[in-house]
Amino acid sequence: MSEKALGTRPLPEVMPLTQLTRAMRQIRIGPTFLTGLVLLGLVVLVAIAAPLLTPYDPIEQRFAEAFLPPFSAGHILGTDNFGRDIWSRIAYSTRLDLQIGLLSVLFPFMFGSLTGIATGYLGGKLDTLLMRVVDVLMAFPFLILVIAIMSILGPGLTNLYIAVGVVGWIPYARITRGETLATRHLEYVLAARTVGCSSARIMLRHILPNVIAPALIYVFTGMVLAILTGATLSFLGLGPQPPTPEWGAMIAEGRQYLLLAWWMTTLPGLALLVAGVSLSLIGDGLAEHRGG
Amino acid sequence: MGRAAYIRRRLILMVFVLFGVTVVIFGMVRILPGDPAFLILGDRATDQKAAELREQLGLNRPVLEQYWMFVSGFARGDMGQSLLYRQPVGDLVLTRVPVSLALAGYAMGLAAVITLTFGIVAAVNKGRWPDQLIRVGFLFALTTPSFWFGILLILLFGLTLHWFPVAGFGETLPQHIWYLFLPALTLALQLSAVLIRNLRGQIIQTLRSDYVRTAHAKGLSESLVLLRHVLRNALLSTVTIFGLQFGFLVGGTIVVETVFALPGTGQLLIQSITARDYPVVQAITVVSAVLVIVVNLAVDLSYSFLDPRVTYE
Repeated sequence: MSEKALGTRPLPEVMPLTQLTRAMRQIRIGPTFLTGLVLLGLVVLVAIAAPLLTPYDPIEQRFAEAFLPPFSAGHILGTDNFGRDIWSRIAYSTRLDLQIGLLSVLFPFMFGSLTGIATGYLGGKLDTLLMRVVDVLMAFPFLILVIAIMSILGPGLTNLYIAVGVVGWIPYARITRGETLATRHLEYVLAARTVGCSSARIMLRHILPNVIAPALIYVFTGMVLAILTGATLSFLGLGPQPPTPEWGAMIAEGRQYLLLAWWMTTLPGLALLVAGVSLSLIGDGLAEHRGG
Repeated sequence: MGRAAYIRRRLILMVFVLFGVTVVIFGMVRILPGDPAFLILGDRATDQKAAELREQLGLNRPVLEQYWMFVSGFARGDMGQSLLYRQPVGDLVLTRVPVSLALAGYAMGLAAVITLTFGIVAAVNKGRWPDQLIRVGFLFALTTPSFWFGILLILLFGLTLHWFPVAGFGETLPQHIWYLFLPALTLALQLSAVLIRNLRGQIIQTLRSDYVRTAHAKGLSESLVLLRHVLRNALLSTVTIFGLQFGFLVGGTIVVETVFALPGTGQLLIQSITARDYPVVQAITVVSAVLVIVVNLAVDLSYSFLDPRVTYE
């Protein structure tokens, strides 16, 4: 049989794909992972059902009801200096902060993983270039670079995604590059090359399913980082602008009334903590399993 | 490759990274569409003001000449003029650096104590309740936003118990130590959260090795084996991670300085951003990046002195 005939036959690419499915099936539900999943489920539920779960508009001001402590009639978590219901504001922030976590990770994950696989597989000058770019970007303290970029672009959500994304893709690129370097000499890759698969096909259909798992696990760490960074920028006044409810901004607003109304700063921070811990537990649970 | 060759290669790489860092910072304002002068002054600035600023920042010269002015200025310690304070950026930044460095150093010291204590306790009690408790506790510490934690510390130990001051830096050394305790603790807890995981794993791994079994067999006491034999080896990789976290620490000082109203570079950075004092933002970004580059290099090189077995490839 000629090489050409071989190349046009359906390819034996089932192997890497079944490996992925098998890996998915193997995920035992450990207590760490399960706790995280339940917590995250609650957080997502609050985000989705925010209008149903909250009796008040999160930005409506009612000065007559300002500074009510938690467990006041009608305001389970109390009210802030404008008489806005804290529970309503926390619930609506959940939408925004989860969105920040998801969107700040989505594009860096895709770009970083593809870059890592491409440079790891192709090597050469492209790889050297990538590593130098990574060296330069890693020299900046993450938060300072993000703040400097935000200072030029101006505050706001889109600019936040851009600023976090400038360095956010690096971990994914490093992880998949390393995995690809370990994979590129394996038999099934050589086999695919022998039957005449194009580099693009080998990278996307053969290497990607085998190297993507650790990058996916890092997504959870990345989301925690993104949510924390978003809240920090918003605390510093560089994030979504008031009166938009956002956990970091709520903490900043409450700072002036610390002794008068401790709940204004304490409660949004707890919400942030619950969201962060749920994602960390899921990431840890997955990593634990892979680690053996 | 010998140590000298390795150091030479690392220095060449460092020069390259420094070049990249300056290009990134230099390019930041110029890469955007629109006139940087109006970006800094705001849209309502007069044309004359914009022209003055362009002249002051050298924006009307060729790009390569501008870059050369920028880099050679830095090398001479001349970082331009602050638009807000009307004084040399170098002086402005340098008076703030000691506060930030003191805070970072203090935090590292506290983090070392916390990491050693809890890392050893967790490793020795592997799988039992102290280990689990430490794991869960520091999982929370890792996810806790530092600005929020700092505010909680102020609320509890400052405003309610009155044990510590809530803001400022103090005048004398004992005062500095007292004033900086809560801010340093805020940073240290997050830093330790990363380090404890690593140290615990390293100790557990080292405890399994043959030479530790030999030490036990010789009849050495448990604590002597742990402190003299195990810790020395287990600490190696933790120290490296400690160094690599320096960038995180520098970023963290900004937030903590804002929360505790400390007159450091972080506070200056936030002020300068609000005031669009771009030369100061640029200078602080360059200085912090250079600091991180130097510290990382020092950590890499110290490796060979800490562990004679290390050879560079």
